[in-house]
Amino acid sequence: MNFSFAQKIKLGLKASLVLAVGSLPFNLAAQTSVNEDQITFVRLTAQQYRNSIRDIFGESIEVNGNAASIGVREAGLMAVGGRRLSLSASEVESYEVLALDIASQVLSPKRRNTLIACRPQDENAIDNACAGEFISTVGLHLFRRPLSEAEIENYSAMARAATDSLGGFYVGLQAALVGMMVSPEFLFRIERSTPNPETPGTRRLDAWSRASRLSYFLWDTTPNPSLLAAAQSGDLMFEDGLNQQVEHMVASPRIEDGLRAFFSDMLAFDRFDTLDIDTTLYPKFTKNVEDEAREQTLRTISDHLLNQEADYRDLFDSRKTFLTPALAALYGVPIPIRQEMGGRVPWVPYEYPENHIRVGLLGQATFLSLFSHPGASSPTLRGKAVREHLLCQTIPPPPGDVDFSLVRDTDNLEFRTVRDRLSEHRDNPTCAGCHMLMDPIGLALEVFDASGVYRTVENGAPIDTSGEWLGQEYDDVRELARMLKEDPTLTSCLVQRAYSYGTAREPTRAEVQWLNTTHSQLRSEGMRWQELMQRISRNPDFYTVPEAAPKEN
Amino acid sequence: MISKNRKFNRRSLLRGAIHGSAVVMGLPILESFLNNNGTAFADGTELPPCFGSWFFGLGLTPGRWEPEVIGANYVLPEHIAALQPIREKLNIFSGLQIFLDGKVNQNHISGAQGQMTGIVTKSAADYDESFDAIIDKQFGANVRFRTLEVACDGNSSSGWTARGKNGKTPCQISPLELYRRIYGGGFIDPNRAEFTADPEVMVRHSVLSAVTDQRHKLMDTVSSDDRSRLDEYFTSLRDVEQKLAFELERPAPLPACSIPSISDEEIGTMVAQVQNTHKQFATLLSHALACGQTRIFHVTLGNAFSTLRLPGEPSAYHALTHEEPINPALGYQPKCKILGEQCMGFFVELLRAMDSIQEGEGTLLDRSIVYAFTDHGEARLHSMKNLPVFTVGSAGGRLKTGLHVAAEGDAATRVGFTIQKALGVVSNRWGSESNEVTTPFSEVLA
Repeated sequence: MNFSFAQKIKLGLKASLVLAVGSLPFNLAAQTSVNEDQITFVRLTAQQYRNSIRDIFGESIEVNGNAASIGVREAGLMAVGGRRLSLSASEVESYEVLALDIASQVLSPKRRNTLIACRPQDENAIDNACAGEFISTVGLHLFRRPLSEAEIENYSAMARAATDSLGGFYVGLQAALVGMMVSPEFLFRIERSTPNPETPGTRRLDAWSRASRLSYFLWDTTPNPSLLAAAQSGDLMFEDGLNQQVEHMVASPRIEDGLRAFFSDMLAFDRFDTLDIDTTLYPKFTKNVEDEAREQTLRTISDHLLNQEADYRDLFDSRKTFLTPALAALYGVPIPIRQEMGGRVPWVPYEYPENHIRVGLLGQATFLSLFSHPGASSPTLRGKAVREHLLCQTIPPPPGDVDFSLVRDTDNLEFRTVRDRLSEHRDNPTCAGCHMLMDPIGLALEVFDASGVYRTVENGAPIDTSGEWLGQEYDDVRELARMLKEDPTLTSCLVQRAYSYGTAREPTRAEVQWLNTTHSQLRSEGMRWQELMQRISRNPDFYTVPEAAPKEN
Repeated sequence: MISKNRKFNRRSLLRGAIHGSAVVMGLPILESFLNNNGTAFADGTELPPCFGSWFFGLGLTPGRWEPEVIGANYVLPEHIAALQPIREKLNIFSGLQIFLDGKVNQNHISGAQGQMTGIVTKSAADYDESFDAIIDKQFGANVRFRTLEVACDGNSSSGWTARGKNGKTPCQISPLELYRRIYGGGFIDPNRAEFTADPEVMVRHSVLSAVTDQRHKLMDTVSSDDRSRLDEYFTSLRDVEQKLAFELERPAPLPACSIPSISDEEIGTMVAQVQNTHKQFATLLSHALACGQTRIFHVTLGNAFSTLRLPGEPSAYHALTHEEPINPALGYQPKCKILGEQCMGFFVELLRAMDSIQEGEGTLLDRSIVYAFTDHGEARLHSMKNLPVFTVGSAGGRLKTGLHVAAEGDAATRVGFTIQKALGVVSNRWGSESNEVTTPFSEVLA
């Protein structure tokens, strides 16, 4: 399942990868890629950092903490926002401390023999050849491209200086490793582009940057040896070579990491970080349940799209999911309890009975809680989330000078349900435009409280979940889900988000045309994840860099 | 990253590892090193001024916080009576606003953004350099941490500071982690007799210097759009390099410096949790200032859509401002008024922590300016008018105090500009469009 560069590094000069690097005219390759090109860059996410460390140095290396960081959601995705972010001093400080810790683990006596191919002649003195070999090998994976001779020399100089100061070859290597790990070449995904001979006026990524874009898109991690070899040979620049890599990567189980990362972004899982459902009001919604709800959603999506190879649209009215005992209690359904060894959460595949009210992603505690207030459900937040995160639509912020107080006036007997109270918004012309877009969707979900528990009454009054979607009337969330899945906006949003996620930018006009065509084809053929990934990854435009447009405040 | 409702104890965090060897820190020194001779360094140099910004969301109840008297000798209205203990060191600014200049009001964002950056942007995702960064440049790099930013609601993105146009600065959310950051590896007690530079720190410093040297090469190839982002990264890297350089030099003695003690933490959004977190941050930050670790800090009680909650209350503060009916008899939203008063209570805890650190005849608060600001004049209506703004402290006599300044619809950026002037920033203007100001409040400049 997991490739481990650690093994490759151990095999060192004997392994095909390192042989390739050793025999590669990488000084030339590096010079052409470093000196002549233009670069843009995207900040690695915390998960990408962890995955990269895991895959470069092996799973036994612990990443003890994260750099506190702020993401920015742009064009619906944190991935796109990552292209506009830098790193603050506190983040760099955290990364330096993290690098010290990781470097000390990598070069600890118990690991160094596994992870480093060569041995110094004297452990108390610098060994330039061995240091250079370590730096060039590890540097290839950390920087996702070969290091130039000058770079190898720079990091070797760090190792020499540290060895001289502190006495010890491996302490010197630690210093060089820390230097590489705090370099922007590692902390950012640097994309080098050259003028595109096929389309003058545009630029295209070089082979190493293609490898990175592809790898973080499909697997959410650093390129593996096979991909780096394809970059080094230049195969990635050609259709056949690219397709071969794409086919292999999409078929790999590692595709699940990429899928999880994408949907965590698209479905705004960053809100989990500050989710604060009040456990005094919703005692079943413990921290464990919160964690399990997140996993339930990812597990459901992953199983549906990858294992079942089913259509994305069916996620919205599917009765199949996975449950734990705590989630089953939250949802009020019986599941067989299995005792598992080692304290693992026993996930059970579960299918709701036919006509059960809880169907699809919108019926899961993840969606229902992420878009609620701490002590109350919110039809407006839920409706807005469907519009913005699933349909790629934008709801403008509410205007000033609006008195919302009726919304919560539960003492007024005429307004016992939130539907009654929100009617004020729909009747107020200032509010109606937006609330008519959001509230009907959210009101269909009012049978689920802020924690996702099913209910039929609010303040003693029955909850009315009926509404209208694109001129069609529905009675409840099941019917709404069926209408939603038929809406082409749902699938076009997925296609557009997936593309933007991979490129970390909004599509150009030309790309939008391609996306529209692809969307139409997939709607008729089946909106299947692997097929979508294949098509995006094989599209030459996916590896282009548009000219920057002037920014306005 | 962000966490919530976490419980830690100190011992679980007082461990680190450098080069494979565990470093276990000693428990805090409880006794104080304070004496009454701390107004200056041993060479007679005056202790430098400090600056802090403090954000509380959702403003105050309109008409109930503004003193009747303009100028000196005002009486604190009951709504902000919590500030009475520092009344003589307080300035109150009323009648200020942030102009949108036709842009969409990014509710709960535009107001605070305008006050901290001088610029209101079209998109909430855009954010410019905040004025504490301008002050930081004026202060220079003679501290270990250029700035320290904290959030009391468990949300690291709640703050309002930025070094440039490339993203806001994340806040620390855990007092224990801040404790470890300040007093963990690298902290040198300025009052300790012996000092030896740590060779490992020297190596770390030289490594970062070497990485910084990559700057020119990358800057030559970066696209014009990304140049400022890369530049900001290297500025951050240089800050960390300077932090390590600071740790390699014997600091000047600071008699008022002592290492505080902190208790266990529980991060969350309930009033008691936020208060406890804030109180611990207040202690840590004031001691960090007294120990010369930083001169600039930023505290945010919560994010723009304040999630502060009263016990048993299903709605958070933000929701209450929009949903709580105005009590016809009282003429205001009672729960919102209580929460506003709680915020003032928290504020005074920070100020008292600073004021309790005696430095000669004055206090740490006396050589500081703390700037308190909020997002709306009336949160219920997302109003950008009559924003409550406060300054506390005189920065060593650079600012007059004890005044109520009643502006008449002036841009709120005038307060930030006044503070910059007081702290020595040389500039003729600050802000953009209608929020650009060229005249400080001269009545408070000493």
